[in-house]
Amino acid sequence: MGALELPNPVVTAAGCAGAGRELAQFFDISSLGAVTTKSVMLEPHAGRPAPRMAETPSGMLSTTGMQGPGLDVLLQRDLPWLCSRGGRAIVSVAGAGVAEFGELARRLSEAEGVSAVEVNLSCPDPASSSGRTFADDPERAEEVLETVRSQARSELPVLAKLAGDVPDVVELAGACVDAGADGLSMINTLRGMAVDTRTLRPAVAGGLGGLSGPAVRPIAVGCVYRVHEALPEVPIIGMGGVRTGEDALEFMAAGASAVAVGTVNFSDPSAGARVLREFTEALEVRGFTRAADLVGAAHRTGPRG
Amino acid sequence: MPAATTARDHLHDHREGPDPNMSDNGPVQIRCPVLNVRRVDAYVAITVVAPGVAERFRSGQFVSVGVGGDHSSTLLRRPFAVHDVKADYGGTIEFLFSVEGTGTAWLAERRSRDLLDLVGPLGRPFPLPRDPVNCVLVGGGSGAAPLFPLAQSLRRRGCRVDFVLGAASADGVLNAITARRLAETATFTTDDGSFGTRGRVTDVLGTVVREGRSDAVYACGPMPMLRSVTAVAENHDLPVQVSVEETMACGTGICMTCVIPVVGGDGITRMVRSCVDGPVFRGERVRFDDVGSIPFDALGAPGWKGAGGRGVEQDRDIA
Repeated sequence: MGALELPNPVVTAAGCAGAGRELAQFFDISSLGAVTTKSVMLEPHAGRPAPRMAETPSGMLSTTGMQGPGLDVLLQRDLPWLCSRGGRAIVSVAGAGVAEFGELARRLSEAEGVSAVEVNLSCPDPASSSGRTFADDPERAEEVLETVRSQARSELPVLAKLAGDVPDVVELAGACVDAGADGLSMINTLRGMAVDTRTLRPAVAGGLGGLSGPAVRPIAVGCVYRVHEALPEVPIIGMGGVRTGEDALEFMAAGASAVAVGTVNFSDPSAGARVLREFTEALEVRGFTRAADLVGAAHRTGPRG
Repeated sequence: MPAATTARDHLHDHREGPDPNMSDNGPVQIRCPVLNVRRVDAYVAITVVAPGVAERFRSGQFVSVGVGGDHSSTLLRRPFAVHDVKADYGGTIEFLFSVEGTGTAWLAERRSRDLLDLVGPLGRPFPLPRDPVNCVLVGGGSGAAPLFPLAQSLRRRGCRVDFVLGAASADGVLNAITARRLAETATFTTDDGSFGTRGRVTDVLGTVVREGRSDAVYACGPMPMLRSVTAVAENHDLPVQVSVEETMACGTGICMTCVIPVVGGDGITRMVRSCVDGPVFRGERVRFDDVGSIPFDALGAPGWKGAGGRGVEQDRDIA
């Protein structure tokens, strides 16, 4: 994956694996390409009130509101633990403003055991009065990425986590790459709502939630396809509803160089290891010797193979 | 909060030690055959052959079960308290539920030899007293399920057990006969008076506590019930362990959707996960009045002193 070296292309998605500790009860997390840790902010955050979750067809709607213990706990407790288990960490960062993203990048650059920083652009932009996120405005996303790139150690790969529900995901991707992103993670959850028909109120507190799970996969695959078409040299971690090795194959054929397992970790705590195994088998069945040969296969013309 | 009492000291809290989930007693994920599906009062009970889960199980822990098959559009597991554990077939566990949605309806249609995808045991168990003290076990509706293996564990330690079980009406009172058999006394309440005393469990709890000379209270059921049971226990200066019911997506501690405000040993309120930090908590530590909200003084709450005001922007955040 460009500057980011991974032993295999299956990683976890941010917010769907904690820092690996819980899933390590079910399989060896060092077998994964990397664990993407839950988005961290500088300070502890209590997150949103309950209810935070609603089940939806082939997916779920959730809103945790960035609950987390803050960067110090990640650096002192979670990262050392993950490293002690032989795991690799992609650290997802969330800033309440551009400056916080920069500070997070700076402090992570000094830390041991960070394979890459992933910039969660689906954080609300304090400069917006209408609840827009940084991902909603390519110029603001560019500012965040420029700041992160300037604060991060130059060898530390920086990934931009893109939203799929923006007017032009290719423009957003281009803005992030121009600002120095080494790779792209896509897509984040899609903004959606479920209404509890008993109470006639939104099913999750605050109304909107993030939709994830297999329900979003065709949208995610479409985003990956379009961005890979426009920016074929830029490595992409594809994610959104990956449930099986076949799903991983689909993302890579669309143009992803790696794939993240997200919401399925909630329903199948062994999913990371299972998806990697199924993916490896699926590659063999199709006669691919290297996963890299599969990347972008759906873009090629002529007979398959 | 009352000062520590002698009775309170009897309740050895496992949580002071290493996290049980990180040890060899941690959960396993298995595909296990259904042994039988039966009706228990108003509920459906499923027994599965699950040796790995049965041998690790401690009272108060739960399991989560996949519903709808491998390609189900119902993605999330359903969490269930364990109602019974037996040594048959290398180890079986029974869980029970009422049919409320598509997931539980699918489960109710399972038959012998069908396979279920099960993860468990999950969560922190009930702390058990070191000494043979008198314990009163209070349950509401199907929430009473985990109290039955608890009663057996307590009896094995020589504890006196008294049951107080309540429900909306007679068919919701779980396992009255078993409760009578396991316990020194069993007292029942129903909202409509169709069985036992008309009223709530807390209407009779004080009397049971006095007559049974109770040293500790265990409770399991809906949040409002746990709140009032905790209040009664505090009035009698008794330690109380409650097992909470909260909606959860994963049950393993990663999704952060089942959080409730709980005061820690350091006096700081944190939004903790019901699934791995609970479901069993000391009753007086749960901020029942604030469940469903973020108390202003919780660690990391908007405006929380350590956050320097940055947290206030978080209420629009959905990512």
